Amino acid sequence: MPSHTFTVNGKSVTVDAPDDLPLLWALRDLLDIRGPKYGCGINVCKACTSHLDGEAFNPCVLPVSEASGREVTTIEGLADGDRLHPVQEAWLEQDVAQCGYCQPGQIMAAVALLKRTRNPTDADIDAIANVCRCGTYFRIREAIKSAAERMA
Amino acid sequence: MTRHARRRFLTYLVAAPALAVATRFGVEAYAPGSADAAIPTPPAPADLVDLGDLLILAGKPTADMLVLSVDEDGGVDFRLPREEVGQGLTTAVAMLVAEELDTPLDRVRVHLEDARPELLFNQLTGSSNAVRSLYDPVRRTAAAARARMVAAAARQWGLKASELTVRAGVVVAPDGRTASYGSLTTAAATLDLGSLTVTPKKESEHTLVGTPTSRIDARALVTGSHPYTLDLDVPGAKPCMVRRPPTINGTVTSVGNEAAVRAMPGVVDVVVIDSGVAVVAETFGQALDGKNALEVTWGGGTVDTLSDSDIRARLKAATPSLDLLGALVRKVDTEFDFAFASHAPLETNSAVADVRPDRAEIWSGLKSPIVAQAAIAQAVGLPVSKVTVHVMQSGGSFGRRLFYDAALEAAVVSKKSGRPVRLMWSRIDDMRHGRMRPATHHRVRATYAAGQVLTFQHRVAAVETDFRHGLGDAVTAAAASLPTGLGNATFAQTLFLTTVKSPYDFGVTTQTLTEVPLRMHTGSWRSVYSANTRGAEEIVVDELAARLGKDPVDFRRSFLKTDRQRAVLDRAATEGDWGRELPDGWAQGIGFHEEYKSCTACLVEIDATDPKKPRVARAVIVADVGRVINPRGLEAQLLGGLTDAISTTLRAGLHIDKGLPLEGSYSQFHYARQKDAPKDVRIHVIEGAGEPGGAGELGVPAAVGAVANAYARATGTKPRSFPVNFDVDFTPFPR
Ligand code: FES
Ligand code: FES
Repeated sequence: MPSHTFTVNGKSVTVDAPDDLPLLWALRDLLDIRGPKYGCGINVCKACTSHLDGEAFNPCVLPVSEASGREVTTIEGLADGDRLHPVQEAWLEQDVAQCGYCQPGQIMAAVALLKRTRNPTDADIDAIANVCRCGTYFRIREAIKSAAERMA
Repeated sequence: MTRHARRRFLTYLVAAPALAVATRFGVEAYAPGSADAAIPTPPAPADLVDLGDLLILAGKPTADMLVLSVDEDGGVDFRLPREEVGQGLTTAVAMLVAEELDTPLDRVRVHLEDARPELLFNQLTGSSNAVRSLYDPVRRTAAAARARMVAAAARQWGLKASELTVRAGVVVAPDGRTASYGSLTTAAATLDLGSLTVTPKKESEHTLVGTPTSRIDARALVTGSHPYTLDLDVPGAKPCMVRRPPTINGTVTSVGNEAAVRAMPGVVDVVVIDSGVAVVAETFGQALDGKNALEVTWGGGTVDTLSDSDIRARLKAATPSLDLLGALVRKVDTEFDFAFASHAPLETNSAVADVRPDRAEIWSGLKSPIVAQAAIAQAVGLPVSKVTVHVMQSGGSFGRRLFYDAALEAAVVSKKSGRPVRLMWSRIDDMRHGRMRPATHHRVRATYAAGQVLTFQHRVAAVETDFRHGLGDAVTAAAASLPTGLGNATFAQTLFLTTVKSPYDFGVTTQTLTEVPLRMHTGSWRSVYSANTRGAEEIVVDELAARLGKDPVDFRRSFLKTDRQRAVLDRAATEGDWGRELPDGWAQGIGFHEEYKSCTACLVEIDATDPKKPRVARAVIVADVGRVINPRGLEAQLLGGLTDAISTTLRAGLHIDKGLPLEGSYSQFHYARQKDAPKDVRIHVIEGAGEPGGAGELGVPAAVGAVANAYARATGTKPRSFPVNFDVDFTPFPR
């Protein structure tokens, strides 16, 4: 069984897994990192959204072999100890989550967006394709705007 | 799994209701708006007794069997016999407990209760009934615990209980002495304090209940630390997925390559179960590969020859026709179709099961855990008392988690495979073999003359809704004891008649349901019959207004039955700036709905410049749900209902093709994304009085009407088939 070494949330990890095992399952089933969620497995729902070398990606469609030597950040790695990321703070302020299942992915997508642009427009926010089946979109939009202000 | 093993001291269980729960029979005034206006419609069954009343009645004998405990740190644990799926119930209940106990909200922990068969009908989550049914019992239970704490302090200090007050979980004597709940809990639990009079606070004394409060679990949800079912660490539990048939309810005839699949990397076991072939593996990725590699010969399903057009024809044929009317009678005569809709909660159907020869333990998101427990016990051949069913907080439901199919499958696989399993449905299976809102056909006729609506008839035909998840038993048990005559109606009829009603004085009004029995995986979907039925009616209301030359808001105002309804409608019109100028291709639309002792109005503005790509740009929602526990949570529910309505009215539905839905993911079942959602949503909650009404499903029907009406006005069309844009714009996944 090939072994793959990469960084997750600042720690170096090694997993033995077939090359083509989607990273999502290496994280969830082999490394017990269960913040990233399964919602479709084919890069549609975006519930698994995490960061690869600082950019949003979907580990449900990335073979674990392609993570080798790279840096993965999941929702668990976003806060600095007890200190939440400003985007998480904004999520609390707007009480965005309902069932919460999409929210790790939504938050990781928002963090990546705010990295790319400090002042996202409505069109930038519209481009986030993450599904929220509870329909919290308006609160997500408000929270992203509020986070942008916090981070300004 | 985070259950703390700390000993609990005061564990309070109120054995029998101390106060009578008054079931409200038709308390609204039915006076028409103005004497010379509308022709009064007599109360419909749902005006007199609604489904929530029936469920409260069914649950009443065990309503107060609630467990609250206080530990020696003063932390309060409350065991909630309901399911949390995002609707905010745990927060609302924690607020009620904190309020009655006079203790800070963050000291209250709410746990979802394991299946407790002795609760009978008091452990079912549905029909927007949780707050309605729990409001009094939770407050009584917490008030009883507070009374014991105060009595224990009074005993300790030799004072009268009436002299003491409680501040933030600390009992305070007039001389300034204090004793925390934590220090009193052992005494409160063990001392014979005599019989205590327990009266929940007056609502005017509430300081927390009624204030906007964030979810108690918000931090866990935004840090990814909240454990959903498949995030649990049950030792040794292996990932498991099931290969399912090419048509609904198809059966396994034989598996051709079992040995080859067993030899695949990571595959641990292959097990045939009723619903398909389960593959157990080291990771879900490998279970998925294994399931996809299986070569299975399938037996037929239950609707193999049926496609949408056949189903629609059957529904149409089943819809009772309306009497022939003379050519002189002026009328609006219309028919509507609504497609099947997937519940599609973002967390797919899932469960963890550990079945041993002498006992079983199950974890799953279950709204009807007592029924699930009984079915699982039977399937694995154990007495119910040996089957522990843990209710997991889940990633959405919308009605889906009334069914326990994943839990049952996981239990059977665990038994057959001899190991604990974590079973997950793929998204494709969740959409194709999961539950769906039945397709419906509607025939609506309203007659009018001299500015009045004389009659309003609505005949609904629906593919049969499967209610075999305990709700039926609860309603049947209660319905039989009611003096309304509903006891003789079939269960679906009872449900229809206790939920669907018209808020308008439209003269003689009749609404009926005919079911077409097809063996498909149906289930009630947020607001059950009302989304389609009342949504269609709100469209007809707009068309009636046009015929009578009236503005849609003015028209509704003159035909609504009560001042409470009119206040909600008027507020929406004002806040939404009804009638304002909009560009070409844009329009406003309004819808109104009353149910669960609550009412709401929704006003939307749609941009349908491209009728194929309409977007609801702005929405205003006003609601009066009586007593509000948590306005913030209520607004969240109304926002969710709006998004559901936008989705199912404009784009989201399932096409049935030869016995299976074509849709298999969110790229095909077009539930709204951010780009489809309004950029501006304002929600106003009217400070209501009396008992709390239901709210979880309330938002959908009014918003369906508002979105459809806005689309109709913006495009100059008369939409009759929903969702309005429903092309097969994708290549279906292989079966
Ligand atoms: S699970 Fe990765 S995009 Fe849906
Ligand atoms: S909060 Fe439930 S899916 Fe987004």
